[in-house]
Amino acid sequence: MEELSQHIANAIILGSSYAILGIGLTLIFGIMRVVNFTHGELYALGGYAAYMVSTVLGLNFFLGLPVSILVGALVGAAIEFILLRRIRTSDMDTGMLVMIGAGIIILNSIQLIWGGVAKSVNTPFSDVPVVVGPVSVSSLRLFVLVAALVLIAATYFLINRTKLGKAMRATFQDPDVASLMGVNIGVIYTATFAIGSALAAAAGALLGPVFLVTPSMGNMAALKAFAIVILGGLGSIPGATIGGFILAFSEEMGAGYISSGYRDAMGFLIIIMVLLIKPTGLFARSERVG
Amino acid sequence: MTAAALDTQNDGLSVNSVAVHFGGLVAISDMTFKTSGCEIVSLIGPNGAGKTTAFNVITGFQRPTHGSVSYRGTPLIGLKPHQVAALGLVRTFQRTSVFATNTVLENLKIGLHRQSQTSLFSAIFALPSERASEVRITAEAWEILEFVGIADRAHQVAGTLPYGEQRLLGVALALAGKPSMLLLDEPVSGMNPTETSNFLRLLRALRARNIGILLVEHDVPLVMEISDRIVVLNYGRIIAEGSPAEIQNNPEVIAAYLGQGATLA
Amino acid sequence: MKRFLPIAFVLVLVTLPLWMRDPYYLHMLVTTGIFTIAAMSLNLLLGYNGQLSLGHVAFFGIGAYTSALVSLGFDVDIFDYTIVHDPWPPVLGFFIAILVTGVCGYLIGKLSFKVRGAYFVIVTISFAEVVRLVALNWMDLTQGPLALTNIPPIVLGAKSIGYVSILGKVPSYYLVLGVAALAFLLISRIVHSRYGRAMIALKENESLALACGIDVTKYLVFGAVVSAAMAGAAGSLYAHYIRIVDPEIFMFMNTVTMVIMVITGGKGTLYGPIVGGLIFGILPVGLRVVAGPEVQWIIYGALMIAILLVLPEGIVPAIQRRFGLSAGNESKERPPADKSLVRGEQAL
Repeated sequence: MEELSQHIANAIILGSSYAILGIGLTLIFGIMRVVNFTHGELYALGGYAAYMVSTVLGLNFFLGLPVSILVGALVGAAIEFILLRRIRTSDMDTGMLVMIGAGIIILNSIQLIWGGVAKSVNTPFSDVPVVVGPVSVSSLRLFVLVAALVLIAATYFLINRTKLGKAMRATFQDPDVASLMGVNIGVIYTATFAIGSALAAAAGALLGPVFLVTPSMGNMAALKAFAIVILGGLGSIPGATIGGFILAFSEEMGAGYISSGYRDAMGFLIIIMVLLIKPTGLFARSERVG
Repeated sequence: MTAAALDTQNDGLSVNSVAVHFGGLVAISDMTFKTSGCEIVSLIGPNGAGKTTAFNVITGFQRPTHGSVSYRGTPLIGLKPHQVAALGLVRTFQRTSVFATNTVLENLKIGLHRQSQTSLFSAIFALPSERASEVRITAEAWEILEFVGIADRAHQVAGTLPYGEQRLLGVALALAGKPSMLLLDEPVSGMNPTETSNFLRLLRALRARNIGILLVEHDVPLVMEISDRIVVLNYGRIIAEGSPAEIQNNPEVIAAYLGQGATLA
Repeated sequence: MKRFLPIAFVLVLVTLPLWMRDPYYLHMLVTTGIFTIAAMSLNLLLGYNGQLSLGHVAFFGIGAYTSALVSLGFDVDIFDYTIVHDPWPPVLGFFIAILVTGVCGYLIGKLSFKVRGAYFVIVTISFAEVVRLVALNWMDLTQGPLALTNIPPIVLGAKSIGYVSILGKVPSYYLVLGVAALAFLLISRIVHSRYGRAMIALKENESLALACGIDVTKYLVFGAVVSAAMAGAAGSLYAHYIRIVDPEIFMFMNTVTMVIMVITGGKGTLYGPIVGGLIFGILPVGLRVVAGPEVQWIIYGALMIAILLVLPEGIVPAIQRRFGLSAGNESKERPPADKSLVRGEQAL
């Protein structure tokens, strides 16, 4: 029983960051209908930004998160502006392949700049864990949980209570109608991609210190993000949130009770199963892409 | 043919109490009609009346919420579209009616797919049987192109054809499926008057070959001229059925159309 | 001119080891050839069936592992049973690899084609990742990251005429060339037959293909099976040439390599993957003098993006257009002069 509650606690903490990652992708995938293969690399960029702030530059650790968010937003906006605009009219395959190309460029740039060795991010937290009943968590992980929940709430607020969010929701429903109602679709697309990328970077900045920062951390993250989005349904923030937690739970339970080597496989198995049984995801009302 | 006479026949299409609901939207509420083997029946009605949905149900692209459809006694609901086509019921499409990046001749060869049964083995090793089959297919393709009247376009890329000729190619594709009944979805939209009258001659030639035709059209004068019978749809249900003369004088039909500004003269 | 070019090309390839002696370049050509076969198989799926499968490397890797395991022998415990396999001749491994990957292609095709578009892409990537994790973790069978080593080279021949072991660069080069030629011919025959027509039709306009009586699922699966089997063959050649196989073979980067080859060369054309294969097989040789692997990949990524934006159809179609070379002999076809084939209908 003790072990179980520990697993549950770990899953909740991991899930909150996964949720951010998934929300970022579901916004991009849902509103822009782009299969964003750069999402993982933005996650990695976020991790490296935190590393730079905290370890290399020696600044306050808590600056890492906002810096990552900023970096993510800027890079995301740049990708959208430079690349995605050109291929808006092309078919979906071209879009995907261009995104893959962009992802390759970012990944190898990261590797070129920082090398392939894993880096650890300095944190001001002590190693003494916080113990609550049968469960023990490090202070770092508590911070991650709190920060992630704050970000989820902030995103929810942005999407549901601001003008920008309203325009984004309108564009999600029907871009043509939204544009007729005066929404500048181009701006919305750039904003969406920037926000989604910023969220990916935030997730990287949060989980980077927990695990390690490596150039390939983005690969796995990308696929898990897709699993979350598919599970929760395209464009559904609640779906992505819950999907993030479900994924984290499957990973924790799978790793704990079956085998840790296959931990990462949980995400993929989820993808395959969901798409074959209920392709629209658990929560979505929208149709299949493509 | 009278409706009563039709009831005893089994060589055509039979649509029974078909209903199609998309969530809260009722595309077709209750559709029942029959056609016989060698007549031209037109399905008309204002936009959104459910005509293309009816086509989709009949040809297996859409499952109805209720009802049944049969062709020459064989039930159609549940069959996949290529299986419906194999029964002799071939349809055209309103938009994207051709394989746009292939030439006209290649289009026909694709359409003639079911007419050859070459095995993979003979295809890979270019056996004589495959060679002969290809020659035969090519000859048939030319034949259909000439029948429809676009043989001179054979090597042109289908997507570059003028719109009216693309529709003719769409019909040619359907003919390649050796249909006993054709379902044509707005075949003359985008055609000029010359093309339209050529098309009418094509339709009559098809009827003479005992190919039944179910036509969805907006061009009311054309429908009046060519149809043996007309079925009028409005808001997902049939509001009238009969000969052109009967339909022309039907007050419900006139009321349905008066709002659209069309005349039935 | 048009007929001359391929023949000259083949002549160059066949005589190559006679005048190119540098073992490094020969090695590059062998691996390029192997990847080109895999690219050709991907082209069948992507260019003719129109399905972007980003898990293609899974078939390549399964082919490599199968062939290696067949020729090395293995013993594994599955639940309470122990399965022992004694080493078999590698050439059998080659054919079994083709069979196994073909079956995998069938299963994946059947399952994956229930979803289309973006979701299909994601499913294929997931499948490849699952296979990689299995290869990494099922150490009993695959030795995991320790790799399968000392894989025997392929031995061709028969008792009566003697055996030749395909060991070393030159024999391997000719083996790969032979298999590549066969693969090319196979794809060419399929594409020009009614099978190819059906595949192209369903890529172009699926509803219309259905209405023409083409069983879309059947031809999608057909494309998947042939494509997978061919990738498996390439994988087997790889295993017996490099003679070491580890889970890194399943890396997404390898799929990307194949995709880049197909896209830049020209998907849906017969020569596209060959042109793409040569470019991306030879480029590293040239670039490696000036740039490290990361910079190389950045250049490849940028090149792929550039091609997609500027020449979306690829290099081969652009060249065909530029030099007015048409893809087939069809423009010479005329209506049959023998009118007896036309059954007496009046043209309108």
